Amino acid sequence: MPKETNPQNEMLKGTLDMMILRTLTGGDAHGHTIAKVIERTSEDVLEVEQGSLYPALHRLEDRKWVSSYWGASENNRKAKFYRLTAEGRKQLVRETSRWRQMTRAIGLVLGEERGAR
Amino acid sequence: MKWVRFFRRKRSDAELQNEIENFLSEETADNEARGMSPDEARRQARIKLGNAQKVRESLWTQNSPLLLPHVIRDLKYAFRTLSRTPGFTIIAVTVMALCIGAATSLFTVVRSVLLRPLPFRDPARLVMVYEHFRGGELSYHPVAPADFYDWRSKTHGFEEMAIMRPAGYNLTGVHNELPESVGAEAGSSNLFSLLGVQPALGRNFTEADDQRGSTVVMLTWSLFERRFAGDAKIVGARIHLDGKPYTVAGVLPSWFAYPDATIQLWVPYKADASPEMLQHHDWHGSQVVARLRPDVSLAGAIAQVGAVQYQNHLQYPHAPVAEGVVSRSLNEDLAGDVKQPLILMLSAAGCMLLIGCLNVANLLVARGAARQKEVAIRSALGAQRATLIREQMAESVLICAAGGGGGILLSLAATEWLARAWRDLPTAQSIHMDGAVMAFACALTFAAALMAGLLPALSTTGKSMRKALEISVRTGSSSVARTALRRLLLTAEIAITVVLLAAAGLLLKSFMQLRAANVGCVVDNTLTLQYNLPGNKYDTPEKQNAFHEALLARVRAMPGVRGAALGTTVPGTGYWGTDEFTVKEHPPLRAGEHLPDALTRWADPGYFRALGIPLVSGRFFASDERVDRSYKVIVSRQLAQQYFAGENPLGKHLHFPARAHDGAPNLLDWEIVGVVGDTLYQVGKEPKATAYFPILEGQSNATLAVHTATDPLQFSVPLQKQIASLDPELPVSAVLTINQIIGASLVNASLSATLVLAFAILSLILASVGLYGVLSYLTTQRTPEIGIRMALGAQQDQLLRWMLMDGLRPALFGLALGLVMSLAATRILQSMLFGVKPLDPVVLSGVVATLLAVAVLACLAPAWRASRLDPMKALRTE
Repeated sequence: MPKETNPQNEMLKGTLDMMILRTLTGGDAHGHTIAKVIERTSEDVLEVEQGSLYPALHRLEDRKWVSSYWGASENNRKAKFYRLTAEGRKQLVRETSRWRQMTRAIGLVLGEERGAR
Repeated sequence: MKWVRFFRRKRSDAELQNEIENFLSEETADNEARGMSPDEARRQARIKLGNAQKVRESLWTQNSPLLLPHVIRDLKYAFRTLSRTPGFTIIAVTVMALCIGAATSLFTVVRSVLLRPLPFRDPARLVMVYEHFRGGELSYHPVAPADFYDWRSKTHGFEEMAIMRPAGYNLTGVHNELPESVGAEAGSSNLFSLLGVQPALGRNFTEADDQRGSTVVMLTWSLFERRFAGDAKIVGARIHLDGKPYTVAGVLPSWFAYPDATIQLWVPYKADASPEMLQHHDWHGSQVVARLRPDVSLAGAIAQVGAVQYQNHLQYPHAPVAEGVVSRSLNEDLAGDVKQPLILMLSAAGCMLLIGCLNVANLLVARGAARQKEVAIRSALGAQRATLIREQMAESVLICAAGGGGGILLSLAATEWLARAWRDLPTAQSIHMDGAVMAFACALTFAAALMAGLLPALSTTGKSMRKALEISVRTGSSSVARTALRRLLLTAEIAITVVLLAAAGLLLKSFMQLRAANVGCVVDNTLTLQYNLPGNKYDTPEKQNAFHEALLARVRAMPGVRGAALGTTVPGTGYWGTDEFTVKEHPPLRAGEHLPDALTRWADPGYFRALGIPLVSGRFFASDERVDRSYKVIVSRQLAQQYFAGENPLGKHLHFPARAHDGAPNLLDWEIVGVVGDTLYQVGKEPKATAYFPILEGQSNATLAVHTATDPLQFSVPLQKQIASLDPELPVSAVLTINQIIGASLVNASLSATLVLAFAILSLILASVGLYGVLSYLTTQRTPEIGIRMALGAQQDQLLRWMLMDGLRPALFGLALGLVMSLAATRILQSMLFGVKPLDPVVLSGVVATLLAVAVLACLAPAWRASRLDPMKALRTE
């Protein structure tokens, strides 16, 4: 997988879970859709590695943040759908606010640096 | 949650495969919609997915607790390495099995005897209360019933107090069954309810049963099964004790074996006791068991009893009434004299286990050396230290697990043997292995594995990889640190071995001294037997004497009999009773001074001559000194020296206040007519002042001792026939030679000595194997160095001496350390030794000599091999 080390679309650790959860607020979806939605919404800057997507989905399921069921996809194929649970929704709120704090803090640091110059 | 995932990882993998399949088809469909050809669409989808196998693998690892598969892999690997060197493995596993087995067995016995609660109700609150004479030689003195009744009525710290004393009966049959003499206890009616024991059949003793002349009896389960065929109809029926009919009130449950298994039946406490006995404060001979009230402290309760007892003491200043009381838990009371040897042997087994661990550790260090390069290369390739340690630990874990399994099997057999071989182990609880013992064995195995494995593992993996790789380059000064570690282990091993050897040597010498002890009378070719004339048939002293004398006359006339003695207790067979006395001709004792006491024995006129006890002065009893003309006493030399220093004891009178209760209240003064040589009441104890009374004053209990010309056991049947011809209903008991009795009393001493010696020898072998191993290793390591030395002109004997000293140095260090440790350790042994000081020079020099000899032998072979190396070959090695 040569693209793996491309720094352009390397994902920050821990953000994948958050983005999956965010994607699922729009409704139940299966793996392919989730990956596609993330890629589209990020205007194709982020590329979801399948090698981390599926383990992440299973991990979220283990933590009971998403539940899953087998259903038919848009193309009428059997697919495993993931649904956000109430617990997952709370987790999303927690992670989003932490992320906001973090980005704000980083922004401040960067902004201060510029201001000091 | 983790574990659920672990067990469901197959299913989870299958699901994932489906999902991946789904992803591929969705992506292909999307690509087709973008206008790609089906093949291209599928190819692009695959490119986008990347390596499907990797996705599966990463989920698989995410679902596996990482350690487990690694541990399993390590164990598999260790198993393979171990099976490549079966010799080493077998030795190591055997060593661990022996060590763990021994430690587990002794722990089983210790746990059953010392740690496990008694099978009684709330046993933690049960205590035994004894009288305590200040400065007296027996610290736990039997209790006088009169004192007990005062304690019971005047103190409130105990919920209940009960009293009991040993008794013995002739159990005779109603329908011509064989007579037998049975061990019994007389207990107060509240005893069983105090202990929390319900009879298995029938009823308990009641307050009304506990009266003089009462004829009810409770059977133990073993007697009920054995003699009465377990027939429940015996309850309420009659049995004959000493010729008197007794009604069976109940049968005790089968688990009840208290105070020990020799007790066959119980009678009420007061049934056979005269009112005088119950009223006197100096008729010692009972045990008191009490149940503490839950809201009272033991110290408080005992202080109350002590205060009551001190009042009694003040009230009878000239009688032997104790000043105070002492108590100990019922458990400790039953364990009694067994406790110390048990703990000693447990420690010895523990030491051996330690040596076994050190030895296995030592062997593993040697193996680690062989794998040094492998370890270095692997750590160079990025293996983590923890992984390497875990891998090396796996070997010791496997060895110890196998050893532990073998050890548990071994200890199953050993425990059974130990419980049988050990006399006087309290039997109130059965000794067997249970969950706790198994847990102990497992913990032991785990600790052993940790100890034997961690040390070598840490030492092999600790150094930086460069250093480790350098070592493999040809240098003489290889792995100094590792050799130092092995020497350290060896020093510890030898030090512990020295302690064990010293303890074993002392116990062995003490045992030899016991064997060789002079009892003071004829012991070889002497058969003894006991009988007890029942009171209803032999109700007067005259009748009793007639039987005794008729028997003596018949026995003395038997061919092959050199002499026959009739007494109560022959030398070497135990302490039995003492009585306090005063000397009539001496000034009265000052208040608070202790009355002297003497062992009391009864003897017929021919007793001393038949048993070869020498007459020092005066004379023996005359045959007309009997019944009411019998107020004569013969004393032992010890008594004469102790209480008649510088004066002639003959013609003086001894005053025995306690003997008043036996029916002659007015004539208490006994004239000394002779002084005889000392005898030992028990081998291993100092001789004690002894007073002999004429047995012809009228005694129902008697021991016949017959000195024969040939094998005394051949006389046992003819002697019993003589008795049967005089009285066919009279049972005899304890038909034993004096040597058998003495031998039996030494069984425990011999057992401790033998076991500790066995542990010590095993440790010695282990230590010498360790010594040999280290030196062989050193020799191999130093081969090039030795080659250089030889090439430079070193002589063979010089090299031999040099290598020998190298090996002996840890042995000498260990020896010195061990001797210092022995000084402390053997002090604890002191009370178990007879005729040997803890610093016995013979034993200690024997230990030193043995250890040095074994060490030199172990070192000689490798050292000799080193000195005989061909220098050319030696230089070419590597």
